[in-house]
Amino acid sequence: MDFDLFVNILYATIRTGTPLLLVALGEMVCEKSGVLNLGQEGMMLMGAVTGFIVVNHFDIVALGFVSAAIVGMLMAILFAVIVLFLNANQVATGLALTIFGSGLSAFIGADYEGKIITSLDSLALPILSDIPVIGHILFNQDLVVYFSFAMFVGIYLFFKKSRGGLILRSIGENPDAANVIGLSVLKVRFLAICFGGAMAGIAGAYLSIAYTPLWTENMTSGRGWIALALVVFASWRAERIILGAYLFGFASIIHLVAQGLGFAISSNLLAILPYAATIVILIMLSANKNKLKLYEPVSLGKPWFKKH
Amino acid sequence: MLRLEARPEISTFWSYVSPILAAVLTLIAGFMLFSALTDDPLQALSTFFISPIADAYGISELLLKATPILLCAYGLAICYRASVWNIGAEGQLLMGALIGSSVALLFVDSTSSMAMPLTLLAGVVGGTLWAGFAAMLKVQFHTNEILTTIMMNYIALNLLVWSVHGPLKDPNGYNFPESALFGDSTLMPILWADTRLHIGILFAAIVMVLTWVFLRRSFVGFQIQVLGLDPSAARMAGFKGKKLTYLVLMISGGLAGLAGAIEVAGPIGQLVPSVSPGYGYSAIIVAFLGRLHPVGITLAGLLMALIFMGGELAQIDLGLPNAITGVFQGLLLFFLLACDVFIRYRIVNVPKLLPTNSAS
Repeated sequence: MDFDLFVNILYATIRTGTPLLLVALGEMVCEKSGVLNLGQEGMMLMGAVTGFIVVNHFDIVALGFVSAAIVGMLMAILFAVIVLFLNANQVATGLALTIFGSGLSAFIGADYEGKIITSLDSLALPILSDIPVIGHILFNQDLVVYFSFAMFVGIYLFFKKSRGGLILRSIGENPDAANVIGLSVLKVRFLAICFGGAMAGIAGAYLSIAYTPLWTENMTSGRGWIALALVVFASWRAERIILGAYLFGFASIIHLVAQGLGFAISSNLLAILPYAATIVILIMLSANKNKLKLYEPVSLGKPWFKKH
Repeated sequence: MLRLEARPEISTFWSYVSPILAAVLTLIAGFMLFSALTDDPLQALSTFFISPIADAYGISELLLKATPILLCAYGLAICYRASVWNIGAEGQLLMGALIGSSVALLFVDSTSSMAMPLTLLAGVVGGTLWAGFAAMLKVQFHTNEILTTIMMNYIALNLLVWSVHGPLKDPNGYNFPESALFGDSTLMPILWADTRLHIGILFAAIVMVLTWVFLRRSFVGFQIQVLGLDPSAARMAGFKGKKLTYLVLMISGGLAGLAGAIEVAGPIGQLVPSVSPGYGYSAIIVAFLGRLHPVGITLAGLLMALIFMGGELAQIDLGLPNAITGVFQGLLLFFLLACDVFIRYRIVNVPKLLPTNSAS
């Protein structure tokens, strides 16, 4: 394999991993507060379609991402109201959010299939992008990739260093105790869910505005679900989420590698790889199930409401 | 101030009323949606929900559409009763269609009376094994079945698409990604003359009765429900949780596989990439809406089939995207979940006693 191809593959790996990284980081924050939101796929799709439509009409890429974040957040609020204030089952509600999101996005996006938009350009960072090899791979990307780097660092520090991170974690570990010492469990969970929604919206918009850049029905093709597995794989740690996201990014573009190496394998068969890899990783995780339990937020998925 | 208070016992009344209320709320939301999109929302609503079944042919199409949805949903209900969250009916259906078609294509020029039964059997086997693999992952490796079954949906879809582009592609099909048309001996016999309704609906009716008998009258069915309600009680009673997990998933997968084979050997008549417009996913909504009860599921399944038909007609008559079906499905499930709150909680009016309620 020649060197240029190798560099290009790594470059594409970062791009492909970016939406996964964004959703998974958002979902990790949400799960750390004790809420399992299986609606990632639905929120991503709504973000993707919103971003695409906005850029199609107004031709302002930034506006596309902002509105995608807002719509993702609105979807998350719908979820939050039902699980936090009506105490509904989080698994079922998350599924409902995905079904609703894929239906609604297909509906409002139906007239936009096949349309073209101005996509997000790459932006070489001065000095950094001049570093040989790595400079091109990491710092000749687009703004959203840099945003995902920043979110990674921010979330990492938030949990390691900040008081807010501590509050969020304590609510996920033991909401009753957190409530007793005066923390507002539902408020924090609400905010965490909203954050997850905004991140999913941006991730979806990245697919429709930067990555493809096209809108097609169900274009996220399971990335929201893979991100959910990724959070478990990363045992709720940001530094492992970024690793996992790029690993899956690589698995998703392996058909390019195969083509580059001259293998003639059907792209439909290679498309199976990320999903199969997810299953393999879930199997591997089971080998140390007890260790995993140590990292899992104790109250994850359990409804909590104030008792009097 | 209104707040939720846990009921001492779950409300049977609300568990029956909630799905009906959810359906009514969906209609109201549909009216609002149509008000925004069309000039005559009432007319649009009637186009969506009444016109599709206004004549006998419409009824036959409703039953035809309901068949795969119902077969999937009965199986899912058995899984969900055991608290096994099989989201993979779609993939199991697609595998049933794929394996069933592989057999059907052996009989293209044959007049054998075994062609149709063997095709359906192959579909059942395909779905059963596909779900059995998910059961193995859950039992042996404790993987989360929601994630694994969803991943397997995507894998099944890609396998199907690959096979119609590759090994199962019709050699005389001008390179379209479709299999050859199945032989007449493979196609499902028509039940109602001059319609497309075939004997598949009878299978659904039989499965409905069997599911009821299985859940309500058999010891294994009882064990499944204990496992779902209280796994530790099931363990204490000596029920074999692992075997039951295999059983429920494989029954459910087999039924979904049958649904897939019935679709390709029925109205479609060949293997195409778009075998299912998401029947396996809508069956999840149907199972919940039908309260995991065979009779309830049958009613919910007919409603779901109507929503699918309404979406198609809305596209033709109102010029709305067919995807409106998905919007209605999502709304229905959301309203159901929200209404279900009243099964376990009631709203009470708590008067504010203190000027500040920070002491709560």
